[in-house]
Amino acid sequence: MIVPIIFLIICIVGSFFTGLPFSFLFDEMVIRLARNLILVISLILPVITGLGLNFAITLGAIAGQIALIIITNFTIGGFRGFILSILISTPFAILFGYLVGKVLNKARGKEMITSMVLGFFANGIYQLVFLLFAGTIIPIRNKDLLLTSGVGIKNTIDLANIKYALDFLIPFGKVSEKLGQYPVTTLLVALFVFLLLNYFLKTKLGQDMRAVGHDIEIARVSGINVERTRIISVIISTVLAAWGQIIFLQNIGTMQTYASHEQVGLFAVASLLVGGATVEKASWKEALIGTFLFHFLFVISPLAGQNLLGNAQIGEYFRAFVAYGVIGLALVLHAWEKDKARTRLSDTEAK
Amino acid sequence: MKDFINRFGFPRLIIIIFLILLMAVAIYLDIPLSGLITDILVRFGMNAILVLAMVPGIQAGIGLNFNIPLGIICGLIGALISVEFKLQGFVGLFASILIAIPLAIITGFFYGKMLNRVKGQEMTVGNYVGYSVVSFMCIFWLLAPFRSPELIWAYGGSGLRVTVSLESSIRHVLNNFLAFNIGNITVPTGLILFFALFALIIWLYSRSHKGLSMIVAGSNEKFALSNGIDVDKERIKGTVISTVLAAIGIIVYSQAFGFLQLYNAPLYSAMPAAAAILIGGASIKRASIAHVIIGTLLFQSLLVIALPVINVIAEGSMSEVIRIIVSNGIILYALTREGGKAA
Amino acid sequence: MYLLQMKNISKNYGENRVLNNVSLSIEEGEIHGLVGENGAGKSTLMNILFGMPVIHSTGGYEGEMLVNNEPYKPASPEDAMLAGIGMVHQEFMLIPGFTITENIKLNRERTTPSFLSKIFGKRLEKLDMESMSKDAKAALKKLDMDIDEYLPVAGLPVGHMQFIEIAREIDKSKMKLLILDEPTAVLTESEASKFLEVIRKLAELGISVLFISHRLDEIKEVTDRITILRDGEVVKTVETKDIGINEIARLMVGRQIDFSQKEKNSRHISDEYILEIKNLRVNMPGEEVKGIDLNVRRGEILGIGGLAGQGKLGIANGIMGLYESSGKIVKDGKELPLNNPREILKSSIAFLSEDRRGVGLLLDDTIEFNIAFSSLEIHEEFLRKIGPFKLIDRKGIREHANKMVKDLDIRCTSPRQRVRSLSGGNQQKVCIARALTLEPDLLLVSEPTRGIDIGAKKLVLDTLVKLNREYGVTIVITSSELGELRQVADRIAIIYDGKVAGILPPDASDEHFGLLMAGKDIEKVVD
Repeated sequence: MIVPIIFLIICIVGSFFTGLPFSFLFDEMVIRLARNLILVISLILPVITGLGLNFAITLGAIAGQIALIIITNFTIGGFRGFILSILISTPFAILFGYLVGKVLNKARGKEMITSMVLGFFANGIYQLVFLLFAGTIIPIRNKDLLLTSGVGIKNTIDLANIKYALDFLIPFGKVSEKLGQYPVTTLLVALFVFLLLNYFLKTKLGQDMRAVGHDIEIARVSGINVERTRIISVIISTVLAAWGQIIFLQNIGTMQTYASHEQVGLFAVASLLVGGATVEKASWKEALIGTFLFHFLFVISPLAGQNLLGNAQIGEYFRAFVAYGVIGLALVLHAWEKDKARTRLSDTEAK
Repeated sequence: MKDFINRFGFPRLIIIIFLILLMAVAIYLDIPLSGLITDILVRFGMNAILVLAMVPGIQAGIGLNFNIPLGIICGLIGALISVEFKLQGFVGLFASILIAIPLAIITGFFYGKMLNRVKGQEMTVGNYVGYSVVSFMCIFWLLAPFRSPELIWAYGGSGLRVTVSLESSIRHVLNNFLAFNIGNITVPTGLILFFALFALIIWLYSRSHKGLSMIVAGSNEKFALSNGIDVDKERIKGTVISTVLAAIGIIVYSQAFGFLQLYNAPLYSAMPAAAAILIGGASIKRASIAHVIIGTLLFQSLLVIALPVINVIAEGSMSEVIRIIVSNGIILYALTREGGKAA
Repeated sequence: MYLLQMKNISKNYGENRVLNNVSLSIEEGEIHGLVGENGAGKSTLMNILFGMPVIHSTGGYEGEMLVNNEPYKPASPEDAMLAGIGMVHQEFMLIPGFTITENIKLNRERTTPSFLSKIFGKRLEKLDMESMSKDAKAALKKLDMDIDEYLPVAGLPVGHMQFIEIAREIDKSKMKLLILDEPTAVLTESEASKFLEVIRKLAELGISVLFISHRLDEIKEVTDRITILRDGEVVKTVETKDIGINEIARLMVGRQIDFSQKEKNSRHISDEYILEIKNLRVNMPGEEVKGIDLNVRRGEILGIGGLAGQGKLGIANGIMGLYESSGKIVKDGKELPLNNPREILKSSIAFLSEDRRGVGLLLDDTIEFNIAFSSLEIHEEFLRKIGPFKLIDRKGIREHANKMVKDLDIRCTSPRQRVRSLSGGNQQKVCIARALTLEPDLLLVSEPTRGIDIGAKKLVLDTLVKLNREYGVTIVITSSELGELRQVADRIAIIYDGKVAGILPPDASDEHFGLLMAGKDIEKVVD
């Protein structure tokens, strides 16, 4: 509880230094909450299943982006394009999630660093495919997508034809003009995913995941197939990340082909941790609070830095420091707790 | 045959095959080999000490030291101070090193202390502590009280530039020292001798009484404890040596590169060093000088030869992509290979 | 009619015959006690009964088992469960963060179909917490436990945890036989007596109980019949009312010892103490030492025996400083610091750990390095001065290793072979070589022949005796094999519940040994 409170104080204090009107901040926050929530939610299951922070949701984001490239290639727009991208991204995400799960099962005890490195590695492969193979081995119909040389996808892709496809799907604007400004549909979808997750945790599979997360050996002895359970957890996480990235991008409207997914893991993890989650405990509460606080900090940092210290750059570096620092701190605390549980001359061999 | 592959290392084999392929293509495309070889020698010398910095960490049992950025920052500070006082040539070089070393010892010590509390998760923790430190230093670079025009923003802004030129100070000091030519190839003797010096020191240390204590501490904690070794102290020693080498390593790297890279650049330095030593045949628990030499040579050769070859086929940033795939791929391989509790 | 019949069960682990023609039968509602020393075969027998995978992966077993006169051949613990056999292991299998109900129903939860399960399959059915609670409450009630089933297990007293484990087994359908492996080991006295009541109640409900314990009092109090195992064979099966504790103890321990080669009577051990141990307490998980006073005479071979978990292994480990200890150690009249392995080693005390592969060796290093390392570290031997540096003297190490390999007959391809690939016996010899290289005057050896084949066993023991007789090294041997202690030791201290229960000469009666090991005071029982 301490962590989110500290951040709340930093945010409140900082907001005074920005000189920004509260209504503006509020609007900004609602939008950011809507488009980032599902990405953060995707992290919850692996934490519950004992896999720690799944930095490899980058692969889910990549799956989502692949789907968006495809629909842009075939120039399908509007809500149709949006739904299609969700559908197309899913099998990719399932495959990627399966691979990640298998690799993580091989790196027991080192899941977090492995998922980190997996994210970087996948990024490399993704760049290889879309820089080298697009336009050569992979035929691209929509020439707008390609770089001038004809090989490789452009750095920035305009997603205007699906922009806001989800956000304003349900026309709340007709009910109240105020409401119509906000991406209410997306918020409702996020709520739905929350509810689905809660329901899931009350099923047998959810219970199995909780058991595996608590004590993998006892779960195994009780007959639960722990390897399979872990893989399923990662697959669900990756699929949610894929959908989350598509939802994120439909709000932004443009895709930085080689950058949009890079920070996904970092920001989502930082958000969850700022909300008070730990490497072993996470739920919808931390996701909600954390996403709000982290992105609030994100928005006000440059301005606060500018007004406080005369340098906006400082604000930007400060928020990067916060993101990394929060994760570093959580990791240190988690590892410290684990280490304290050992006696001198570790007793893992006893009995 | 299968046995040979297992002992030699599957990824090493892949990389050597890839390398030979690239060389064949390079010759086919008429790319001048002498230039490539000069580049390889230079890049070897540039990077080798940073890779060497991995060895004490692995030996002492903290795994791959992903917190190399800590030492790098100490090295950068040393170099900045040297430039600030307009020191040049070897004087500048040694001044940088002499300033950096005590900084590295102190920070390495505290980092080592922290690592002793997080046994089993050193690599994960180290990675993000490294990132946090770099981000924090970004703020510091902006506010640092440096005044030399070489260092700060041109138009009266405050704070250091992102890239600082070393042309007027220590650029190529080592490279040019005792350099000689064989045909079209220029051998950067100073650079290589400097690496050889530190390699020798580490080699001697691993055969000394104290060095052996450290290696045994990293090999089997229980065995070490039962022989009277203070494992926690040895781990700190390994961390300190690693940090110091990283500090020296970045100074050597920067003088060869010609620039000091501040702000976010140190973020990307740990992975390539870790990858290089793994490619050389090291594992998370075992490393030697031979691994450093072989690994750095293979890794840098790959990058050097790949660049012109791929430039013919596709857009510029491909070598970066190859670097990402290769370095992360080999680290992934190492992580999934170890049975046991190391992290 | 017998509920369970085990007929002529035999099992080999490699060349070791661990069980030989063991037959055991249990009636419905009977409480049957199973007693025996460590290594007598109890765990193996239970593993066979419960279908544990380790049995199948090591060659299966001979003999047959019948449950209610039907053949019973369990291929896995699930089969055992289906046949109505449950087992509560020694280590708790409870998840602290789950509630009592969740633990009782772990992986056997009751579910109802949900809309997700219609698409994705059975695993997505919803948990039916209500009926699960009802089940849990019913199971708890059978044990007279009136505790809220929705409480988390963490923070419950240890005694309650034991009962929850039993409740879990009872909840498994049609539980007919419950195996309890050392259930009272972690309970306080009052918890233990409540436990015994519950056992009786279960038997009244028709559930048979197989009760494994070292606490002879409890066995005598609660069982109907007792089977005594020794060295893998059934010594006797008897009605509890027809046997006394002394007799049980004697049968547990007694075996033929070859006393012919001992010239013990002519041996003169000085009265001088090389080591004095006062009120030693050691926090070694599973082998706690709770206050030991012991004196080791110079030149003797002192044996330390006792059942597993009673603390005998903690003594040497505590002296060497490998686990947190308190108390006082005095060597040659000088007090030594505790928790400081280096100082102990420097005081000429060497240690052969019971954890040969974990503590005793660097598995991925060479034989010669393993042998030389302790002396290198402590006495700075095997180093050569080259200029200002002290570097490792590979030649010296090689020469010394060659000598050791020859003297101890270490079977290897060369001193440069990695220790990992040696056999257990040869690995032990490498450890001995390393200890010898230190030239200690006091050697602490724990479980010297554990996991070693018969031929190597003899050699190891002979080497130790030779060390003592020819080089005057005082030896303290800690071992679970009473037989080998009685063969080589001058005196044997038996440890029970972390304290010295008594010190006996090797030719003391089996009964005395058995009683001490079972924690009975000899004075009170022997008359």
